[in-house]
Amino acid sequence: MSDGSPRLTRADVQHVARLARLALTEQELDEFTEQLAVILDHANDVAALAIDDVPPTAHPLPLLNVFRDDVPRATLDRDEVLASAPDVVDMKFRVPKILGERA
Amino acid sequence: MTARALAQAVRTGARRAGDVLEEHLARVAELEPRLHAFNLVTEEQARGAAAAVDAAVDAGRDPGPLAGVPVALKDNFCTRGIPTTCSSRILEGWRPPYDATVVTRLRAAGAVIVGKTNLDEFAMGSSTENSAFGPSRNPHDPARVPGGSSGGSAVAVAAGFAPIGFGSDTGGSIRQPAALCGVVGVKPTYGAVSRYGLVAFASSLDQIGPLAVDVTDAAIALETVWGHDPLDSTSITQPLEPVVASLDRGVDDLRVGVVTELTEMEGIAPEVQASVQRAAEALSEAGAKVDSVSVPSTIYGLSAYYLIAPAEASSNLARYDGVRYGLRTDGDDVAAMNASTRDAGFGAEVKRRIMLGTYALSAGYYDAYYGRAQRVRTLIIRDFSRAYERFDVLLSPTAPTVAFELGAKTADPLAMYLSDVCTIPTNLAGHCAISVPYGTGAHGLPIGVQVLAPALGEATMFRVARALELSLQ
Repeated sequence: MSDGSPRLTRADVQHVARLARLALTEQELDEFTEQLAVILDHANDVAALAIDDVPPTAHPLPLLNVFRDDVPRATLDRDEVLASAPDVVDMKFRVPKILGERA
Repeated sequence: MTARALAQAVRTGARRAGDVLEEHLARVAELEPRLHAFNLVTEEQARGAAAAVDAAVDAGRDPGPLAGVPVALKDNFCTRGIPTTCSSRILEGWRPPYDATVVTRLRAAGAVIVGKTNLDEFAMGSSTENSAFGPSRNPHDPARVPGGSSGGSAVAVAAGFAPIGFGSDTGGSIRQPAALCGVVGVKPTYGAVSRYGLVAFASSLDQIGPLAVDVTDAAIALETVWGHDPLDSTSITQPLEPVVASLDRGVDDLRVGVVTELTEMEGIAPEVQASVQRAAEALSEAGAKVDSVSVPSTIYGLSAYYLIAPAEASSNLARYDGVRYGLRTDGDDVAAMNASTRDAGFGAEVKRRIMLGTYALSAGYYDAYYGRAQRVRTLIIRDFSRAYERFDVLLSPTAPTVAFELGAKTADPLAMYLSDVCTIPTNLAGHCAISVPYGTGAHGLPIGVQVLAPALGEATMFRVARALELSLQ
């Protein structure tokens, strides 16, 4: 953000927590509002640089699609995978109801 | 004893892998209660692996270059059937259904994995204090941190639990703890070591590398695990120049640049600057052409990193949703279950970074934060390229200070982040770097000096590291 941009507010933090699927406590919301604002202030030295004409780098390697031959090979063992799941029914992951779904 | 001496003794039948292991386990039993290097000591599996190495020797087969060498693995490497926690509650109860490629290659080389080492949760931190299972402690002074995030592996090597440790380095997480614990730590070129089975933190930055008691062991450990892996799409395919063979070639044909910004910036302790100065003089005496060099944009590395890494982390860590593995806490519907699970399972630093990353990527802020950080990344790469036109390797501190006391920086995230100010630019550029112990500071605590090289410059980087090591003997 450029200079003079409004500091991060508690409402911003609440909004971001919703996006990130984090059920933060009231105390966490207070702490993060303070701490994230400090970190973002530090990040503002980047925001102030005149670099609009510099292309962005997303990755250190030139990223190309990687293909492999379509040859069958062993996959993960299903029982072993499901053994670590919190809730399993009929060889599937069970979850609570989806919002708006009928009981 | 070095890893190569142990392997040599085991391969020739002079020593039994089983005996080597028991000696190391005895040391763990004695010191681990004070140091907490491990989340899990895998005694039973280790005894089985050592027995297999001995059986191979008995049968006249070569068990491999790391025969019977105890190795400590950071607990973010997947080990089939063995808990892999990332020092997070959110992976409670998870047993990976597969091994990381590095684990497979270490086993094939005859290494004996002795345990899974403690880390800052999901590798986010510089002190190992962000572990859900409590901090690790520095063997040189247990009141101080070992650095992080690969703190447990650094402690394991420094304390003699294993001559070789493996860690992951996203912004300095191998090199900084290596410096603080007085061991060698290597961040290889991005893509040189397969990350298949490494739990992802920031995918454009993460790289696996070794920690070791000396430079030669580190080179051997790296050669054992690196090289193309079809299971990792970011694994580079071109051949890698061997590093062990040329270690002792000397440095009289090399040009070394001391990075002004990383050595003189505010916050670098005078005793650390003095070590870099002595290292530069030693290389000059060994015949290298040494000069100072400016790499101006490195001073923006920290700011760029703390936008890019959290942004990537916020995406990578979206998978911990209480559905397929690990912890789940109750919620009336899926969204509430996801959110309550993530609040209960993640620690403060991980939440902070997820929040920071989500914010940096959110509508209206993307260009101002993440987008600009990516442009700074380009600047850093360009500045390094310019420096490498004139120099073969660069020199800087690894960490700004010696090991600090536990609790000293936990209340101030930004102060903690500054621990990585010298190591971060290498990750942003995808280059390689190594930390070599070089002298001590206050209270006799170790100081590390960093040798940086361009992508795939490991062979030259290791020659310089070896020359530094020799200059101390």
